[in-house]
Amino acid sequence: MALKLKQFLIAFAAAVSVTASHANEFPNKPVTIVVPFAAGGPTDTVARLVAQAMSANLKQTVLIENVGGAGGTVGAGRVARAPGDGYTLLLHHIGQSTAPSLYRKLTYDAVGDFEPIGLITDVPMTIVARKDFPAKNMQELISYVKTNKDKVTYANAGIGSASHLCGMLFMTSIQTDLTTVPYKGTGPAMNDLLGGQVDFMCDQTTNTTSQIKGGKIKAYAVTTKTKVPSLPDLPTLDSAGVPGFEVGVWHGLYAPKGTPTPVVDRLTKALQAALQDATVKQRFADLGTEPVTLNRATPEALRAHLRREIDKWAPIIKKAGIYAD
Amino acid sequence: MELISNLGMGFDTALTLTNLLYCLIGVFLGTAIGVLPGLGPTATIAMLLPVTFGLPPVSALIMLSGIYYGSQYGGSTTAILVNLPGEAASVVTSLDGYQMARNGQAGKALAAAAIGSFFAGTVATVLIALFAPPLADIALKFGPSEYFSLMVLGLVVAVVLAQGSLLHAIGMVILGLLFGLIGTDVNSGMARFTFDLPELADGISFVVIAMGMFGLGEIISNIEHESTRSVMVKKIEGLMPTRNDLKRIAAPILRGTALGSALGILPGSGNILGAFAAYSIEKKISKNKDQFGKGAIEGVAAPESANNAGAQTSFIPMLTLGIPSNPVMALMIGAMILQGIQPGPSVITEQPALFWGIIASMWIGNFFLIVLNLPMIGLWVRMIMVPYPLLFPAILSFCCIGVFSLNNATFDIYLIAISGVLGYIFGKLKCEPAPLLLGFILGPLMEEYLRRALVLSRGDATVFLTRPISATMLALSLVAIVIVLAPAVRKQRDIALQE
Repeated sequence: MALKLKQFLIAFAAAVSVTASHANEFPNKPVTIVVPFAAGGPTDTVARLVAQAMSANLKQTVLIENVGGAGGTVGAGRVARAPGDGYTLLLHHIGQSTAPSLYRKLTYDAVGDFEPIGLITDVPMTIVARKDFPAKNMQELISYVKTNKDKVTYANAGIGSASHLCGMLFMTSIQTDLTTVPYKGTGPAMNDLLGGQVDFMCDQTTNTTSQIKGGKIKAYAVTTKTKVPSLPDLPTLDSAGVPGFEVGVWHGLYAPKGTPTPVVDRLTKALQAALQDATVKQRFADLGTEPVTLNRATPEALRAHLRREIDKWAPIIKKAGIYAD
Repeated sequence: MELISNLGMGFDTALTLTNLLYCLIGVFLGTAIGVLPGLGPTATIAMLLPVTFGLPPVSALIMLSGIYYGSQYGGSTTAILVNLPGEAASVVTSLDGYQMARNGQAGKALAAAAIGSFFAGTVATVLIALFAPPLADIALKFGPSEYFSLMVLGLVVAVVLAQGSLLHAIGMVILGLLFGLIGTDVNSGMARFTFDLPELADGISFVVIAMGMFGLGEIISNIEHESTRSVMVKKIEGLMPTRNDLKRIAAPILRGTALGSALGILPGSGNILGAFAAYSIEKKISKNKDQFGKGAIEGVAAPESANNAGAQTSFIPMLTLGIPSNPVMALMIGAMILQGIQPGPSVITEQPALFWGIIASMWIGNFFLIVLNLPMIGLWVRMIMVPYPLLFPAILSFCCIGVFSLNNATFDIYLIAISGVLGYIFGKLKCEPAPLLLGFILGPLMEEYLRRALVLSRGDATVFLTRPISATMLALSLVAIVIVLAPAVRKQRDIALQE
């Protein structure tokens, strides 16, 4: 009897190893992308578009799991602790590079706990103001803000949000401290900008383009180094008074550390295919952005970019003396 | 008439066979998830987003909207039958609805809720069709100081709402405020009362607290007193409201609809305030005051109408401005973007068929809901006769699944267990959980608006009095306080005279 059981076990193990070698081809089950923000937001939208196209390339379902909380650090932490098999991934934005400076008690290492897969997109931001704001162009806005710095108010979507980072960089660049009005997310901030309760803000094209085109708010400049095709009238901030200014809400895809290189390579290939997908390109254009060039949708490019961004934001955040915990 | 031709275009869109089907699927799914405790529209819509990829934009949005208002409808069913409010506004419905169920009038309560909701949904649809853009502009006039004063009014109302002792109510409101403060402070980014738990950094979910305190607390105390349960099952009165009942609820439905529509336009908390306000107004002016809290049909009809009207009008900021007034609307905006539609002020002009199609589908959806739900009442009522050993474990498992689906976090399951125990203890202490929940919702909002208003005014506190809308709200709060205190003062004087 015991012998029979042993034989059975050996046969079973052999059978399993055969199937395993068959299934060596990654992926053999659905892949989950963790989005560390609520469903329906701009990062979630980017993730869902990319996931849809990636699943066509991987021939496996790519699921989105929204794990919101604490500025994206809850979701990122969960992926950091997930097994490094390529079935749990993280799609995070610029927050991945600012969290180490904003959170003193981070439960993970933003660089060491992840294997980068590739960059996805740089969503441009726009400087926008309430409809009846006096300044006619970016230069006027800067001089108006400087002379009325006790009166002008700047809205942002909360500590550590992209709009907060952009505002900090802007104030540092023009060397003027303004009254900052934090909101819980972009929606309420935009609501008060439309209602004329606050003066101006800097937010992603994802949120501002339709309001600008509808004539509900005034737009002054984009924050990227190049102009944005969907908003051709807007100059870059770099050319319109703040030389060297550049902020983009860049998005990257990560696997947990220890993910085997072939798996990472396969995922990179799927990501690159997704970024060339016609629907993805079209929807990204609707959002006022575009996929990164293929040479940036690589592990090396994301790793280098993450390091650079951490080094860029650390001194700015430190100087402002803010923490999110 | 432009409106007629617009609505004509809307019905043309909504009445195609495909769109009718998706509308029906939406409201059916919505009712189902509304009935299942804990599973809410946010989780459902998030799960269904990938499915909508393959649909035409109008059909996708019609289905998603159907899920939303369908769930508002279904949410009242569990609130009435088993005291499990799945969302904020149903808390008020459960106050008298559950008492009606205990008196054997579950059928009547469900019918009152359904009729009220249908009427409110119809009126709100017409409102959106007629006045969406101007109403959105009015909502924008509400700045932080106006919202703060509105919240003050809401909190004062919470105290009016209390059944028993005034002291208990104030204590519960304050406890609710404290619970609401858990999480990261918006202005400074400092963590408060989080005990270094990252799960608490964004605060506690309302659903967890509401279901724990009401539903689980009720289950624990039911197990303790098995006798009350048998009384409830034995006498089930007529399923449908009598002519007299309909007479009683007509005016409350009208008032509830008006309040709910008005407050629903305001982003954030309007929907909740609408239901709470409708209930307290009825409680103050009704001829059957003494029945409130013990199973007054007006106490079900008014907040349910307000709730459904608010759910409908909360589409206004989303459709006309592209601003989400709650998490569900944020998801709808996400769904539009995935479909390649840019939500914003241009949707009405660039996508008229979509805009008017959604509005027309709301009316159709409300019609489906009442047709679906009225015949189901008999079935629902039988559900509460399921023996305890089966019913309770089922409710508990659904609660846990539902709460987990909110944020995919096991931590929330521990929280609901803790709130259940707290709910039981509060019951023993004769402390009503409703004021606690209102404090929990309004407290953090009030703080946020107060500080924002003061930041914008450079610390000048007179803004609350110099802005007319805000000043009016504060004056109303004062009136309400006087109304509450007056009888208490009188009573004390009576006692003094007796001695």
